[in-house]
Amino acid sequence: MAIVIYAESENGKIKKIAFELASYGRALADKMGIPLIAVTFNQEENDLLGSHGVEKVIKISDESLNDFNAKQYAKNIATVAKDNQAKMVVLSASANAKYLAPILAVGLSAGYASNVVALPESFHPLRVKRSCFTNKAFNISNLDNEVNIIGLSSNSYGIKEDPKSLEVIEKDSVPVNSTLKVEKVEKVTGKVTIAEADIVVSGGRGLKGPENWHLIEDLADTLGAATACSKPVSDMGWRPHGEHVGQTGKPVASNLYIAVGVSGAIQHLAGINSSKVKVVINNDPEAPFFKAADYGIVGDAFEVVPNLINKLKAFKEQ
Amino acid sequence: MKILVCISHVPDTTSKINFTDEDSSFDTNGVQFIINPNDEFGLTRAIWMQQQQGAEVTVVTVGDNSCESTLRKCLAIGANKALRIDLKPSDGFEVAQELANICKKENYDIIIAGRESIDYNGAMVPGMLAALLDYNFITNCIELTVDGDDAKASREIDGGIETVSCKLPIVIGAQKGLVEEKDLIIPNMRGIMQARQKPLEVVQAIKGTIRSSIIKFEKPSPKGAVKLVSADDIDQLIDLLHNEAKVI
Ligand SMILES: Cc1cc2nc3c(=O)[nH]c(=O)nc-3n(C[C@H](O)[C@H](O)[C@H](O)COP(=O)(O)OP(=O)(O)OC[C@H]3O[C@@H](n4cnc5c(N)ncnc54)[C@H](O)[C@@H]3O)c2cc1C
Ligand SMILES: Nc1ncnc2c1ncn2[C@@H]1O[C@H](COP(=O)(O)O)[C@@H](O)[C@H]1O
Repeated sequence: MAIVIYAESENGKIKKIAFELASYGRALADKMGIPLIAVTFNQEENDLLGSHGVEKVIKISDESLNDFNAKQYAKNIATVAKDNQAKMVVLSASANAKYLAPILAVGLSAGYASNVVALPESFHPLRVKRSCFTNKAFNISNLDNEVNIIGLSSNSYGIKEDPKSLEVIEKDSVPVNSTLKVEKVEKVTGKVTIAEADIVVSGGRGLKGPENWHLIEDLADTLGAATACSKPVSDMGWRPHGEHVGQTGKPVASNLYIAVGVSGAIQHLAGINSSKVKVVINNDPEAPFFKAADYGIVGDAFEVVPNLINKLKAFKEQ
Repeated sequence: MKILVCISHVPDTTSKINFTDEDSSFDTNGVQFIINPNDEFGLTRAIWMQQQQGAEVTVVTVGDNSCESTLRKCLAIGANKALRIDLKPSDGFEVAQELANICKKENYDIIIAGRESIDYNGAMVPGMLAALLDYNFITNCIELTVDGDDAKASREIDGGIETVSCKLPIVIGAQKGLVEEKDLIIPNMRGIMQARQKPLEVVQAIKGTIRSSIIKFEKPSPKGAVKLVSADDIDQLIDLLHNEAKVI
């Protein structure tokens, strides 16, 4: 028996979210008294998983895994889970992990709980807390199955170091039949993505137009943050779709969310509620966002933001 | 070409979320229900294929008769017919099995569901349905063109866009971008009148396996009041974020 995590990597590096999965998986493994195994694809450098509680890495390398194919990735994770009689498989909330999770659940005849925000409340039956209604509430779910899959919400457990002696085992890829081919991947390189960011800086209609977005980008650069926007901003084409956050956009679960010129409509707040600390900059003291925020500045974005950037730069240099 | 659009009947985005029966069920009192926004983007794309490529569009929901108003709205938007599978589902896997049962009988070329529902946010049903049918699956889909039995699609990935191609049949997880907000079809009087004549068939459920069940709901604990910092004292904000919140 074992706990299995899928440790995602990109450009030869294990992604940060994988260390959160490892830490969470370690806690499960300790509670259940079984080992923690990580699956990696085309990843050479796996040592850091060992520093975060993983005892065994099953490293699957194959050219056919260079492009992400949900069915093929799911099949390979399923094979590892079956070979090791996994009791639980833990996946992240990345776009790819959410893509393959339901396929894996069918393949393993497993229960699947997405958006899990904490360690299980009990193991027999498995009882977990999940966010629902786009972060407006939680539910407690029972999963009474031989094997269960947990989709862990980002930043809900945290990263904990726990060095283990690591065994790395190489395994061949299991092929699948699929007519699905990746034709092209366009990625903004060197930019922090909303899904992985510790800090997200978001702009709303209060910024008046796309020509003013350098304010948001400069602030984000200063903080090493991802940029985001409200729905009308992407509807009007000021910013790309991928930056739209909220109930009908991307969810944000960062440690810090800074909203500039965003009113704080209920649909916007729903998507960003699970961010830990929220800061609002808005010139209207009555803006609803102030009710949902931890810190706020009532002021004109065009004055406050440049000022904030300068002060932050000075602070970082200290 | 036969298209099935899977419709989830969800509380309006402005709804206050409350629970009853000792927090074991969602309180529908005073709540208005709508077509799940992701499904509505998908439905609009399907109607375009109906208009431009002669596709036949069926909408389906797994739910009790309270969902019929939402199905009628889909018919008024332009769907050719509606199916209601008569079951109050417990989890996404149960929904996927019901949908798979219908799909095996009807052999749809394209099945469009939402990327996720805004009530349970499971992001489960479309992927499970695709796996049960062994169809190709493309989620977070923001572009779709179908020519013969070839599909080309773009999907949003973390930090970018991926373009893929595959053969039909296919299951799509739709989201904004597949069509734009301004493209959404608002039913007119004629559409609403026509919808009354269109078939809305109630189908018996097969009642498959249930792999998870919700036993209780909780609301987030209330948060404290905002700390306001003067616009002239940005240093204080930085100090609070560094020393108090410990996030920078
Ligand atoms: C079905 C549905 C789904 C939706 N989903 C989403 C969603 O996922 N995400 C989302 O964001 N919205 C969503 N919305 C839209 C939402 O209701 C709001 O309309 C939207 O969030 C408002 O965007 P905004 O705050 O940028 O613009 P506005 O509401 O126009 O707010 C602009 C703010 O900027 C402030 N401002 C103006 N000038 C300045 C200045 N110089 N300095 C500082 N502040 C200034 C104003 O005081 C105001 O508070 C949805 C709506 C519907 C109906
Ligand atoms: N009860 C249901 N009936 C029909 N389709 C559904 C139902 N529940 C979910 N779906 C579809 O599956 C998508 C994803 O839902 P979920 O897995 O709940 O996030 C929705 O956007 C719908 O298209």
